[in-house]
Amino acid sequence: MDFVSKSVKKIDGMDIATGKPLYTDDLCHNPLVIKILRSPHAFGKIINIDTKKAKTLPGVECIFTHEDVPKERFTLAGQSYPEPSPYDRLILDEYVRYVGDEVAIVAAVDEKTALRAMKLIKVDYEVFEPVIDFEEAHTHGSTIHPEDDLKVNFPIGTDTDNNIAASYEVYTGNVEEELEKSEVIIEKSYYTQAQAHGMMETYRAYSYMDHNNRLTIVSSTQIPFHVRRIVAKALQIPQSKIRVIKPRIGGGFGGKQTASVEIFPALVTLKTGKAAKIVYDRKETFSCSTARHPMKMTVKIGADTDGTINVIDIKALSDTGAYGEHAWTVFSVAGNKVLPLYNKAKALRYGGNVLYTNKMPSGALRGYGVTQGIFSLESAINELASQLNMDPTILREKNLIREGDSHPLLCGSTDNNPVTLTSCTLHECIRRGKELIKWDEKYPAQVISDSKVRGVGMAITMQGSGIANIDTASALIKLNDNGFYTLLLGSTDMGTGCDTILCQMAAEVLSTDMDKIIVHSADTDISPYDTGSYASSTTYVTGNAVIKAATDLKEQILKVGAEYLYESVENVSFDGIYVKTNSGKEISLDEISQNLALGPQGETLMGKGTFGGDTSPPPFIAGFCEVEVDKETGKIDLIDYVAVVDCGTVINPNLARIQVEGGIVQGIGMAMYENVAHAKNGQMITNTFMQYKIPCRKDIGNITVDFQSSYEPTGPFGAKSIGEVVINTPPPAIAHAVYNAVGVNVRSLPITPEKVLMGILENK
Amino acid sequence: MEIKVTINNEDKILNIEYDEFLSEVLRKYGYLSVKKGCDTGSCGLCTIWIDAKPILSCSTLAIKANGKNITTIEGVQKEATEFAEFLVNEGAEQCGFCSPGFIMTVLAMKRELKNPTKDDIIHYLTGNLCRCTGYVGQLRAILKYMEVV
Repeated sequence: MDFVSKSVKKIDGMDIATGKPLYTDDLCHNPLVIKILRSPHAFGKIINIDTKKAKTLPGVECIFTHEDVPKERFTLAGQSYPEPSPYDRLILDEYVRYVGDEVAIVAAVDEKTALRAMKLIKVDYEVFEPVIDFEEAHTHGSTIHPEDDLKVNFPIGTDTDNNIAASYEVYTGNVEEELEKSEVIIEKSYYTQAQAHGMMETYRAYSYMDHNNRLTIVSSTQIPFHVRRIVAKALQIPQSKIRVIKPRIGGGFGGKQTASVEIFPALVTLKTGKAAKIVYDRKETFSCSTARHPMKMTVKIGADTDGTINVIDIKALSDTGAYGEHAWTVFSVAGNKVLPLYNKAKALRYGGNVLYTNKMPSGALRGYGVTQGIFSLESAINELASQLNMDPTILREKNLIREGDSHPLLCGSTDNNPVTLTSCTLHECIRRGKELIKWDEKYPAQVISDSKVRGVGMAITMQGSGIANIDTASALIKLNDNGFYTLLLGSTDMGTGCDTILCQMAAEVLSTDMDKIIVHSADTDISPYDTGSYASSTTYVTGNAVIKAATDLKEQILKVGAEYLYESVENVSFDGIYVKTNSGKEISLDEISQNLALGPQGETLMGKGTFGGDTSPPPFIAGFCEVEVDKETGKIDLIDYVAVVDCGTVINPNLARIQVEGGIVQGIGMAMYENVAHAKNGQMITNTFMQYKIPCRKDIGNITVDFQSSYEPTGPFGAKSIGEVVINTPPPAIAHAVYNAVGVNVRSLPITPEKVLMGILENK
Repeated sequence: MEIKVTINNEDKILNIEYDEFLSEVLRKYGYLSVKKGCDTGSCGLCTIWIDAKPILSCSTLAIKANGKNITTIEGVQKEATEFAEFLVNEGAEQCGFCSPGFIMTVLAMKRELKNPTKDDIIHYLTGNLCRCTGYVGQLRAILKYMEVV
């Protein structure tokens, strides 16, 4: 292979690294500037808004309140239509449901004027008792969504009277019976916190009317096609009147899978005919977008003393905040993409409710529920190992799923037709990880001094590759008039390098150099449909589409080449530069493409490919770490982190490695530092990088990444995904290492020195 | 008011407001490499040089640059490209949004520190946040670059 499995440089790498103006806010010129007036109350109803004075301020273009916007409810969740998220939003509502909820949209000639105008708007609220604690939301008494026009596309268990946005249950086998038969039972509750995406480029979009009087939105988004649909629904205009363009994106991590900002400039441009932009500052990005769903999980495991796991039963609660973006899907994934790991269990159950509260909405974030589920399940497995006095790596080896096994909860399974795992080197990942961390020498702990102990810990995880039977991507490859290609994609590279690896795949099939392929993504007017870059889908789903498109084009080139050579297509081959016959006749691709661009015989060759998977092959990771804990202060230093990854074939080792390292560090942040915290009145108190601490260079210790490749037969060149799975292991592995060091099980994230020290003191 | 500055070796007169920060003014005048990530001086994305020393332009009032020599990454493209080659070879630029500020700090470090250790490098760059790469790939790129230059 010339390109696949090679550490090719990112095709846009040099330009983005050296500061070229390629991002959303670099590209717009003198638009109106939009600012949002936001609710100071966690829950209330707007009784009156007076915008008269603000509107007279020179430079103010327009101000919209709930009286001026369409009354059709929608969801901002970037999911395939019909979305499984409740339609519980209006552009502006008379109810405000969290501190920061939108009250008025102000557009002015510049930022200062818009901010001044905001101060002149007078709003009277009727203030209600907010629901802050999701464990009390069910019985609180305040109803967060009293409206009678809230809609759902599927029966997802919504019960707004009891603040339930969604509910879900799944099970296999007889849970009660297996629990009864088990010799050892462990039952513990775990809490995962809200985590912020913390991407460096905050949310932003701008819009303008084009020469055909169509609305064009340029947005830093992971989901251009979903944005087009969401904006059309919210503004009640046809999708054909909207074009969405995605330039370079400064990070997303799932945050930009929610259409947080695009509607605002779109509305202003539609009403005024003028270009408009919105750029969220960091505080708005932290407090007026989405964060990871906080969850509580009570895990009950029944096992035998020899380490056979018979049953896993998880009761869960999730906090979706004020709106139900991704409420049901994140919740279901938190069970469905963790339980198949322990497929030797005879019974499994997972279920519970997703609650509305008066806090910023939760949403998609890398890991999408699996991160929450894995922390709980893997922590419980580690506690079980401790109770059985068994090495946790051996407990896992005994119970984990293997290649060739099938499981009814694997994505794509139907009744009586469980999906089979066609690629998995998880056991190898564990073996290699033990070697790299020197597990057998170090487990469970080593005393360093009177006050310091080093402990090792581990966890494993899986994810998926796209969503079976839902995600679909198309790719087009056009042969241009001088022998080079344009690869048209609807997926969105948010920095991960997917434009590059998709180009590698196309170059491989067409036997051409990558610089002969121009990659274009994404513009809804031009790009073929793609659900967008989320759910770990791009390498797998779009990659398969690219291979189909490139193969289709290659066949067309062979056919046309054969015609020019007066040969049948069976007798010619294409080496990337020439179409040749066995007898030595040849015609170059340059000549073919130039001939195709001339005269009445002209033709455009365009390869097309569409792929949607009926399974979602999971990638796997075994994560190991070593921490040093100070028994006197509870301070934890992360010394080493080892991640051994099975993502099938590694398409680009360098880019895959960086994905792993970045995901591990984001997971370390969730494990040790990050916490979206609210005051009792619902005000977010971690709305800057001063309060919300993402890891810096000094916080992370050494990170070692290794790959134990497998070959996924349904994947492009054998590849599976890597984007999300990488974030999942640090929270349970670090918790485990802390326990092995000082005997304290921290069951609520983040694992802070305070919690560790309190645990040490309680144990004394 | 007007301030006189030298930006990337060109003398300029800039119209500014008294309360404007340098990052905003530079962007307004077309130096779009300058990015803002936090508004609180804690992420390092807006790093540029004033009189050859790295500063955070989002928390420096523009007026304070009066009479000074400003350098953005547009003004050191040759050096920036040299280092970016190492970064990109390592795959250690992801979204790229933090890169201009990061590279300005790396280049300043190269001028300021003699034979820095790994810890020295990490310490010097601690104020430059990156949410994509996990930092270790950037460190690999820096170590390779420092050996060559």
